[in-house]
Amino acid sequence: MMATAHTTVDAAGLSWGPRALLRRLRTGDEIARLVTLFFALVVVLLTIMLVVQLWTNSAQARHRFGLSFFWGTTWDPVAGQFGALPFVYGTLVTSALGLLIAVPLGLGAAIFLAEMAPRRLSDNLTFLIDLLAAVPSVIYGLLGVFILVPLMRTEIQPALKTVFGFTPLFQGPAYGIGLLTAGLVLAVMIVPFIISVSREVLLAVPGDQREAALALGATRWEATWKAVVPYARTGIMGSVFLALARALGETMAVTMVVGNNPRISASLFSPGYSIAAVLANEFSEATGNLYLSALIELALVLFLLTFVLNGLARLLIVLTTSRGSGVPQA
Amino acid sequence: MNPHMLWRKSMNVLMLSLTGLCALVAVSALFFILGYLVYHGGKDVNWSFFTQLPKPVGETGGGMANAIVGSGKLLLLAALFGVPIGLLGGVYLAEFGGIAVPFVVRYTADLLNGVPSIVIGIFAYAVAVMPVHHFSTLAGGFALGVMMIPIVLRSTEEFLHAVPRSMREGAMALGASKWRTISSVVLPAASRGILTAALLALARVAGETAPLLFTAFGNRYWSPGWNQPIASLPVMIYTYAVGPYEDWHQQAWAAGLVLLGLVLLTNIIVRTVLSRGASPQRS
Repeated sequence: MMATAHTTVDAAGLSWGPRALLRRLRTGDEIARLVTLFFALVVVLLTIMLVVQLWTNSAQARHRFGLSFFWGTTWDPVAGQFGALPFVYGTLVTSALGLLIAVPLGLGAAIFLAEMAPRRLSDNLTFLIDLLAAVPSVIYGLLGVFILVPLMRTEIQPALKTVFGFTPLFQGPAYGIGLLTAGLVLAVMIVPFIISVSREVLLAVPGDQREAALALGATRWEATWKAVVPYARTGIMGSVFLALARALGETMAVTMVVGNNPRISASLFSPGYSIAAVLANEFSEATGNLYLSALIELALVLFLLTFVLNGLARLLIVLTTSRGSGVPQA
Repeated sequence: MNPHMLWRKSMNVLMLSLTGLCALVAVSALFFILGYLVYHGGKDVNWSFFTQLPKPVGETGGGMANAIVGSGKLLLLAALFGVPIGLLGGVYLAEFGGIAVPFVVRYTADLLNGVPSIVIGIFAYAVAVMPVHHFSTLAGGFALGVMMIPIVLRSTEEFLHAVPRSMREGAMALGASKWRTISSVVLPAASRGILTAALLALARVAGETAPLLFTAFGNRYWSPGWNQPIASLPVMIYTYAVGPYEDWHQQAWAAGLVLLGLVLLTNIIVRTVLSRGASPQRS
C-alpha cells in the first residue's frame, strides 16, 4: 500500500482527483476511455433496440390474439387467422430429432478426441471439426435438397417404414422432404458444436479422476464413462443446450428440406414447418400489418427461446470449467 | 479369465472403437460435403461464372458476377460497421473496464451472438428497411455487421488480456500515458490475434443467407451505389436451389462450391498461418 498517495486508484489502475483528471484529459486518457466506453455501450444499445423493435412491432398480433396465438393451429393470412402451434411444433420436433442423433454421436467423438486419440491426431481432427462448423447453412440446405431428400425418398424412408411402420411415427407417404429429413440435416449441423465444447470440458477434467478409477482396476472405457464423463456432465449438458439453441434458430437448411407445410401430424415423414422457416419464406411478401406483426411475434418467440437456452448453457459450462464448483457430489 | 472379466474387456474394446467410429463419421461429413460440391459444381465453375450476369430463364450459361461483387460489397459494409465497434468496445472491456459495465457488455454481447440470424434479419428490416420502404445494400451490410460485433468484441478482449502485463508496465515506466501505451504497445502486440478473429468473423457472415433475405433482398442485375437491392452468393444459392429449373440447380452447385471454397480457404489460412502464436491460451 502506498500510504502517501493523495489520489485513490480504482480497479483499472486509473487515478482520480481534480489534478489527475486534468492530466489524464491532457494526455488523452480520459478521452480514450470515454470513446471506447461509447463503443462498448453501442453493443448494449443495439441489443436493447433489437428487443424493443421485436416487442413494439409485434404489438398488433399480441393484442389481437393474446395467448391463443400459441395454441392456434390455423395459419391463414388471407382470413387473418394466425396460430403459431404448427411452427412451434415443427421447430421443437426437428430440433429434438437433431439432438437425438447429434448428442450420442458428438459425445462419442468428443470422448475419442479427449481421452483416446494421441494429442496430435486429436488436434488435427478438431481442426477438421472446426472447419465443418464453418460450413454455411445454405450449403447444408443445397446438399439436403439434392442428395439427402432423394435418398430419403427412395431408400431410407421405405426401409424405416417396413421395420417401424407399425408405429404412427413412421407412416404415410415417403416424400423425402419432411420433419425427419430436417432433423437429420440439423444433426449434422450441430454435431461440431457438441464435439468442440464437450472436448474442451472433458480435457478440463483433472487427471487424478481418471487415474484413481484406473488404479481401482477399471478398464479404460469404465474409467472414462464412470469417472471422467460424470465429472464433466454439467459442461456436456451446457454443450447440448448450446447446440439446441442453434438448432432452434437454424433457418436456411431447415427451410429447404422441411416441406413448408403448417400442419401437425404424428408422422415424422410428413412435411412440417418451423418458426425460422416461415419467417424466411413469408416475411418479405407479407401483406398487411397484422400478418407482418404475427410474423414478428414468431421472431420474438424464437428470440426468447434461444435467449433462455443460451443463458442456461453458458451457466452450465462456466460451472464445470471454472474448477471447484462443478464437482459432482454424488 | 472369468466370464465377467471377459465381458468387461470386450465392452471396453467395443465402446472405445465406437467412439472412434463417431469421430470418423463426424469428420467424414466434411469430406462428403466437399466431395459432392466438387462433383456437381466443379464443371460449372469457369470464367463466365465469375464474369457474366445471370442469363434469363431458359438460356443456358451465364454467371454470378453480380452476386460475387454483391457479397464483397456487403462484407465491406459489415466490416466497416462491425469491426470498429467490436474492436474499440473490446479495448474498453480489457483496458478501462471496472466491474459492472464490462459485465453487462459481455453478457449482452454473448446474448447477441446467440440470436438466430433470421431474427437479426428482422431487426435490420425494422431498423433499416421499414423507415425507407425499400431493400438496400446498406441494410444488408448492417445486418451482417451486427452479427460480427460480438465475435470481434469478445476476441479483442481475449487477445488484449493475453498481452503480458510487463509490456504495459514497460511503456508506462517510460512515461507513456495509458492511451499511448494501449495504442502503440498493447494493440500492436495483440494485432495478429485480433486480425485472425476479424477475418474468421467475416468468413462466418460471408455464408449467412437468412439476414439478407429481407434486407439486401437480391437482384438479377448489377446494383450500383449502396441504396438498392443487391445480389449475394448465399441468397443466389438458395433461390437457385429451390427454383424449378435444371440450369439453376447447376449454377447453385457451382456457386456453393465457390462459396464453400472461399469460406474454408479463409478458415484454413487464418487458422494455420495467422493464429500461430496468437492464441490467447498459450501465452
